[in-house]
Amino acid sequence: MGDVGHYLAMGGYAAFVWPAYGTALAVLGGLAWHSWRRYRASTEALEKLQREFRPRR
Amino acid sequence: MINWLANPARFMRFSAAVLRWFGWATVAVLVVGLYLALVVAPPDYQQGESVRIMYVHVPAAWMALSVYLFIAVASGTALVWRHPLAEIAAGAAAPIGAAFTFVCLTSGSLWGRPMWGTWWVWDARLTSVLVLFFLYLGYIALVNAFDEPGRGAKAGSVLALVGVVNLPIIKFSVDWWNTLHQPASVMRLGGPRIDPSMLVPLLVMAVGFLLLFLSLLLVGMQAALNERKALALRLNSMPAPGRVAGREHPMPAQSPVR
Repeated sequence: MGDVGHYLAMGGYAAFVWPAYGTALAVLGGLAWHSWRRYRASTEALEKLQREFRPRR
Repeated sequence: MINWLANPARFMRFSAAVLRWFGWATVAVLVVGLYLALVVAPPDYQQGESVRIMYVHVPAAWMALSVYLFIAVASGTALVWRHPLAEIAAGAAAPIGAAFTFVCLTSGSLWGRPMWGTWWVWDARLTSVLVLFFLYLGYIALVNAFDEPGRGAKAGSVLALVGVVNLPIIKFSVDWWNTLHQPASVMRLGGPRIDPSMLVPLLVMAVGFLLLFLSLLLVGMQAALNERKALALRLNSMPAPGRVAGREHPMPAQSPVR
């Protein structure tokens, strides 16, 4: 426990190191999540349209 | 290779095939990079553990500049050769570049507080990077300000090319003006001036960020292509005048096609 606490304290710079990594993770992870959702939604919408507008036999 | 991929249909198939590999490679390299940066790399003899912020800050800054350069080249290609894939690439890269720039600014601020004693100074480097961030936001706003995707992309391309003048200002600001921000340690004439124990984690993180950019770029381009295709499909299925319809101005109710 002491070791983990010592590590997390980052030599007294914990208040700067962890927020820096946290912001990066939140911003880049959030962008990745959003991009993936937009990709999935656009694929589904396109497939739906392609089914609708397929010429009738 | 570029010419071969310039066909949107071929690009879609290629990008769908490689996307999975890019995604996993990104995760793997970033996990290794974070382990090296947060555990293996030694503390700095002057800055202590706060130097670990460098492994996020510096790669993010490199990507902030590189992605803008990518957008400018793609915009130039889109303007000169009018290739739709080039403007789609530029448009998809912009939010990623803005995110990297934001990460660069916040991590830099969090590093500046303990090391310089201030969150922010209006020096040349910090101010020019802030301008870069606003250029990204302006580009994104401009591209999305038109109903017709092609017109927005054209206006955005011009803005992106004009904004290129900011890149050398950022790069050389630390040499031209002597302020708080330190000059380059890695990308300098005469080779990097940084110990391998810190250089290796830095480069691994940089490769991870580059892979992340490429993965997100492919995902974003696929989404934009899907959306354009869907729009074209909707317009083509409209009766005669068809072309004027956009999302914001739907055609008046009409009888079904044919």
